[in-house]
Amino acid sequence: MSVTIRLPGALRDAAGGETRLSASGETLRDLIADIDRRHPGFASRVLDEAGALRSYVNVYIGDEDARTRGGSGAAVPDGSEVMVIPAMAGGR
Amino acid sequence: MSRLTADLVRERVRGTILEQIGNTPLIPLRRVGAGLRGDLWVKIESANPGGSVKDRPGLWMVLDAEEDGRLGRRRVVLDATSGNTGVALAMVCAVRRHALELCMPDKVSLERKRIARAFGAQLVLTDPLEGTDGAIREAQRRAAAEPDRYVYVDQYSNPANPLSHELGTAAEIWKQTGGRVTHFVAGVGTSGTIVGVSRALRPKRVRIVAVQPDDAMHGIEGWKHMPTALRPAIWDERVADEHRVMATEEALVMTKRLAREEGIFTGPSGGAAVAAAIAVAREEAGRIVVLIADGGDRYLSTPLWE
Repeated sequence: MSVTIRLPGALRDAAGGETRLSASGETLRDLIADIDRRHPGFASRVLDEAGALRSYVNVYIGDEDARTRGGSGAAVPDGSEVMVIPAMAGGR
Repeated sequence: MSRLTADLVRERVRGTILEQIGNTPLIPLRRVGAGLRGDLWVKIESANPGGSVKDRPGLWMVLDAEEDGRLGRRRVVLDATSGNTGVALAMVCAVRRHALELCMPDKVSLERKRIARAFGAQLVLTDPLEGTDGAIREAQRRAAAEPDRYVYVDQYSNPANPLSHELGTAAEIWKQTGGRVTHFVAGVGTSGTIVGVSRALRPKRVRIVAVQPDDAMHGIEGWKHMPTALRPAIWDERVADEHRVMATEEALVMTKRLAREEGIFTGPSGGAAVAAAIAVAREEAGRIVVLIADGGDRYLSTPLWE
């Protein structure tokens, strides 16, 4: 299963300079682990020590907020687009 | 050069809700500040009528554009904002009868969009992955494409932003502490607060402490991680005597402590500023004033209070 993940500029440095990646896995946690294998340290920027989404990280699977579908354990359908964005934006 | 003075601003808004902007309370922190070398006092900017510190620059930027003739009846006020400045500008423009367009990242919380729309603002939603910097670029594009239509107030570059703090916030702090303030601690977003307060209080030997998030990916709403963000034109590192960084997790812990131990319901940036000020107060004695930019109710739909 392969999906496209889009990242904000704030995470570019954690993903080898990329803001659009392909990743494999059945759940959001699997996808993040897949990226972390290629870019060690990525997972800790998005997930806390317990493996849950950090409170200031929002993830959308398609148009749906991942938190409404189980957070980091949310199932990600094949071919989905996943978007990771800061829950709060810098500078108002 | 702005023509605005505190007296002129007061005169222009007399008899309206905008007259209530400023003169916010200064409160001592008795519990989270206990046992430290310095005394901590917080300036509660959520007491402004629009609910945040941004009422100050919002008002001064609009009045400045009126005073210098840029803002005629058929022109539209434009800015980029993810929240509090949008609410402030929307409130000010409603009272002053100006049309307003706000560029903001899509997927900002629902309450922000609804509050701005409640005051009559038009929203232009931009790519959420580009964050506030994407909204800034869209506002710049619109202003350049239709210069006769828009008055782009540009909170990141507008001298009236720090001026509102130099002649307002700083003067209030000086008066409220009877001139005994020794330190001022605030976060850096547009940098208007720290730049303006520094101009007024640093010559009076007040030590200025500027705080930024410790990571580009952070949850301290309103603050900028300057090494990776679009740099505001008004920002100047030299206005601060000391620069500190704050982790989001530490900020969120303090945000919750402020509510439960002090009865102060603030947003993450308030917790971040107080946490940084506590670090200062552990090391240095004096009367340390910390600016709390907004209230916790702006974040009810975020995971912070779940």
